[in-house]
Amino acid sequence: MQGRNFAAATRRSMLIAGFGLTLAIGALAPATAQQPSGPPIRIGGTLALTGPLAQTGAIHKIVGDLFVEQLNKKGGLLGRPVEWVLLDDQSKPDVTRTLYERLITVDKVDLIIGPYATASILSAMAVAQRYNKILVHSTFGIPKLATYERQFPGWPLGFEPEKGMPAAALDALNATGKGPKSIAVVTSKFPSVQFVAAGAREVAKSRGLKEALYLEFEFGTRDFGPIAARVREADADFLFMGAIGLEGNQLLEALEKLNYKPRNHFYVYPTPGPMASSPLGDGALSNTAFENLPPLNANPSAAAFAKSFNEAAAKAGLPYTEPETQAGASWSAWEILTGAVAATKSLDDKVLTDWLKKNGADTIIGHISFDGPNNYGPDLMRIKQVQKGKWVIIWPKDIATPGYSPQAK
Amino acid sequence: MSATLLGQSILSGIFAGSLYALIGLGMSLSWRYLRVINLAHFAFVFFAAYLTYEFAGVRGVNPFVVALALVPLFFLLGVLQQALILRFNVNEFSSVIVTYGLAIVAEALIQLIWSADYVRYENRAMHGNLALGTLLFPVADLVMAGIALGLCFAVWAVLHFTWLGKALRAGLDNPQIAASFGVPNQRLLLLVAGSAGALAAIGGFFVAVLYTLAPSQIFSWLGVVFAAVLLGGLGNPIGLVAASLLIGVSEAITMAITAPSWAPVVPFTLLILLLVLWPERV
Repeated sequence: MQGRNFAAATRRSMLIAGFGLTLAIGALAPATAQQPSGPPIRIGGTLALTGPLAQTGAIHKIVGDLFVEQLNKKGGLLGRPVEWVLLDDQSKPDVTRTLYERLITVDKVDLIIGPYATASILSAMAVAQRYNKILVHSTFGIPKLATYERQFPGWPLGFEPEKGMPAAALDALNATGKGPKSIAVVTSKFPSVQFVAAGAREVAKSRGLKEALYLEFEFGTRDFGPIAARVREADADFLFMGAIGLEGNQLLEALEKLNYKPRNHFYVYPTPGPMASSPLGDGALSNTAFENLPPLNANPSAAAFAKSFNEAAAKAGLPYTEPETQAGASWSAWEILTGAVAATKSLDDKVLTDWLKKNGADTIIGHISFDGPNNYGPDLMRIKQVQKGKWVIIWPKDIATPGYSPQAK
Repeated sequence: MSATLLGQSILSGIFAGSLYALIGLGMSLSWRYLRVINLAHFAFVFFAAYLTYEFAGVRGVNPFVVALALVPLFFLLGVLQQALILRFNVNEFSSVIVTYGLAIVAEALIQLIWSADYVRYENRAMHGNLALGTLLFPVADLVMAGIALGLCFAVWAVLHFTWLGKALRAGLDNPQIAASFGVPNQRLLLLVAGSAGALAAIGGFFVAVLYTLAPSQIFSWLGVVFAAVLLGGLGNPIGLVAASLLIGVSEAITMAITAPSWAPVVPFTLLILLLVLWPERV
């Protein structure tokens, strides 16, 4: 846990954040019975509604729709209704760039909000910088690249997730008394996971773990058979996989065909549903910003969000309806942006920027501050593990789901 | 590198190559005999895969019954697509655009019905693996490879040793003369289109058995299968098998002995070499 600041993530601070959030929502709707009136405040953004990232894009769309709907029911923003001008960036950063240009210059939206996925957020950030627009985004994976001073992350993963994430995973395993002695690092070349895997090598080396294997594969690889054969042959105590989406499941399925199950295994950004529901996912570790679990859902706003997300995701036909990092970070991005508007009673990008830098924001994830490098404050990520067919938070201890602790083999 | 690692990787390559051949067979036949570069074939494959998931996975229908039902259904879909292509006189090059458009529509339709999220058919009927020494043979892959290779050889035999094959070749060389000898060209074309559709259904069934599905994956198979079809020679099932296995095993060995990230380079390197050294083959 060294080097990580979990102070804001304790149960007490979660509750404080929850109350703060409740007050903030109250501030958004001083007269909740009143209908918003006047011209709408238009917030523009894109999402990956089609293309290879559409699975996650669908989660962000559900969250955005829910947030705007609830906001308008509670009186909108500054007494005006809010309209989300949403365009499909097709999972393509180049399309994202063009669409943000259009949103700002043609559609003339009042504010913008980030798209999904690191590359697209980076594209949108460049456009925002050109027009001096504030950009609040949800899941941007490489904080070092977020150098624009008016960008704010809704996903508090700290400035150096490539160190914090593997260190926390190893801390959790070591806490069981069965800490790994060797590590196999297998990673997709998808940028936001590859650099975390590279960081895992450094962290493992600094802790004296033997590196039994290091492999990189292309994003989109279909056949994991030969990779599985190499993982089995390396037979490390700990498999750290720079996986995004389904890659973790694909490797586990290929390993099962070889009658091999990794003793301890971590996945950087796995698709949560398939990993939890697969019998092969038992014991899998990952990181999370939000889960519908105590104490993270202890405050009323988080619990209400989780309930409404469950219902909306089921209605949208998603096979896995539990909110987790993506949904939580997406919701917090909306909270950050609209909370700043409500507090400053302004749509001016500079005013909003200054206020957020000074005050931070209360969100369902906790209080997010923007006082570190590139506006990244403390790391509020937690380690979760699949136990008995569901994700539970197991690290750090003071934020673990009651009744659960890390398991290692 | 141990012999087991090499052997297991080669096996994995054989299974991957077999699936390339199974998916590519219908496309190869369409391209050669119908003059249609049918990118919608991949959409057919995934539509069949999603129907397998829906009926065998969600509704609990026996998977073999589902497979048997998909074959005639997709035969009809293949015939319908070809009838439309003939009706609107779509030529070989235009067919790329038209069928690509159809694939996009199919992707949107699949997303509308099953959402953009991942779905997985947890197959229990072909679970587990067989051991031979230190090598393991997954049952589902083994069944798929057997059916894929069997179908390729069966189609090759039909094309070379039956009246149907001769009639198809005659119709391809000179439709007027073939017709004067009683060859029903139009009906044969529809038969080929239907067969390609049926083959897509079988390919889709095994994609559902072996992989987790997402609508956007429709196009993830395009490059490698395209390379296998071209390398194998259009309408040549044996060539397709050889090319698919060559690509699959080369990819697997590349992944076993170097960085796996080099594997996607393999099929296109082979294709470029073919175009340079043996251009008349394509």
